[in-house]
Amino acid sequence: MRTISTDIITQNIKEMCIEANYELSDDVKGRMLESVQTESAEIGKQILSQLEQNLEIAKSDQIPICQDTGMAVVFLKIGQDVHIEGDYLEDAVNEGIRQGYVEGYLRKSVVGDPLIRENTKDNTPGVIHYEIVPGDKIDITVAPKGFGSENMSRVCMLKPADGIEGVKEAVIETVKLAGPNACPPVVVGVGIGGTFEKCTLLAKKALTRDLNTHNEIPYVAEMEEELLNKINALDIGPGGLGGSTTALGVNVEVYPTHIAGLPVAINMCCHVNRHIHRVI
Amino acid sequence: MEKYITTPITEKTVSELKAGDYVYITGTIYTARDAAHKRLYEALQQGEELPIHLENNTLYYLGPSPAREGQVIGSAGPTTSSRMDKYTPLLLKQGLKGMIGKGKRSPEVIEAMHENHAVYFAAIGGAGALLSKCIKKAEVVAYEDLGTEAIRKLEVENLPVIVVIDEQKNNLYERH
Repeated sequence: MRTISTDIITQNIKEMCIEANYELSDDVKGRMLESVQTESAEIGKQILSQLEQNLEIAKSDQIPICQDTGMAVVFLKIGQDVHIEGDYLEDAVNEGIRQGYVEGYLRKSVVGDPLIRENTKDNTPGVIHYEIVPGDKIDITVAPKGFGSENMSRVCMLKPADGIEGVKEAVIETVKLAGPNACPPVVVGVGIGGTFEKCTLLAKKALTRDLNTHNEIPYVAEMEEELLNKINALDIGPGGLGGSTTALGVNVEVYPTHIAGLPVAINMCCHVNRHIHRVI
Repeated sequence: MEKYITTPITEKTVSELKAGDYVYITGTIYTARDAAHKRLYEALQQGEELPIHLENNTLYYLGPSPAREGQVIGSAGPTTSSRMDKYTPLLLKQGLKGMIGKGKRSPEVIEAMHENHAVYFAAIGGAGALLSKCIKKAEVVAYEDLGTEAIRKLEVENLPVIVVIDEQKNNLYERH
């Protein structure tokens, strides 16, 4: 049994919220820089080089990469041999978000009630997902999510007979419908299987996976590659103004499902695909 | 074509702007996004006076991040325009001439742009740090309680945008 204080969790979440909003992780940044070289359209090249410049300014002048600094999505994988000491865990996570967004000059984009819509003024609460895992560590991922792209995400409850082709069509159609609204170049997170809510969680998790990795299941890895190529042939392009860089990556996760169903969730993310990972 | 324009925007300027033009905007513009649009719309419906004049003016669909000490504004890129579509035709009737955002517009907005001689620009989504450099002054002028969604008066210098939809309904997003 290892004891971890909630103060340490708060401190880490705070730092991760700030870090995520000022600098992209190496995988996303790497894909961005590659795309400037490979983009075929003149206008697309120009937009990508401006986005590259934007990343440099964000880092050097400490201005968030995007003004939509997101709703903080936090994944906590808690080792079952960890004893958490201090505050209530959820309060400790939200306190980290509060400190990060207030002290980090990040935008407060959360309203306390979806219909009454009053801003909570400190970007809390976050959306927190807990998992109990073996071990005595806590694995934290912070993924602040912008809503221009979140709004273009979809869930499709397909039929088993729709099969893999139906899944691919659903993904391509979602990217087409999103068009310029999701701030292309995008990253596409796909969750297949499980139940209605499970597939959406898989899609969100897919967005936090390193873009330089493929799913371990060979046919899923092939599908990731095929979908990326098909999406980049759509000519949506950077800013939706045409070109060969519509997506920087497609990550797919799968899970067992029911004999009657084939749920598919497509979580769209802009190129500001923020995900920071720490183990404490 | 590259074009340099200054605000306020006249009908003549609008008529000269074509979908696909790269435009650099200098002058005063105002920010307004979801919550501010709702208030402007409701004020007009109730016959109340608006806190800003829309005639020949330009709205930037923006909710910036907070400025640090010594900065004019934080990150300042465009938000998705389609969420403003419900409110936009009524604002265009008041003489609004320019809109800066990103993404598609509804047929109703495009028709109202045609009728009222207005232009829709896209700024690069996700380039908020870069775009903030073109903003020389920023001041909250209405709805301060809305925080990032308050209406700000901005002085911009060569803000880079692209004409996506012109008053003749040419639409750069409809290429296929």
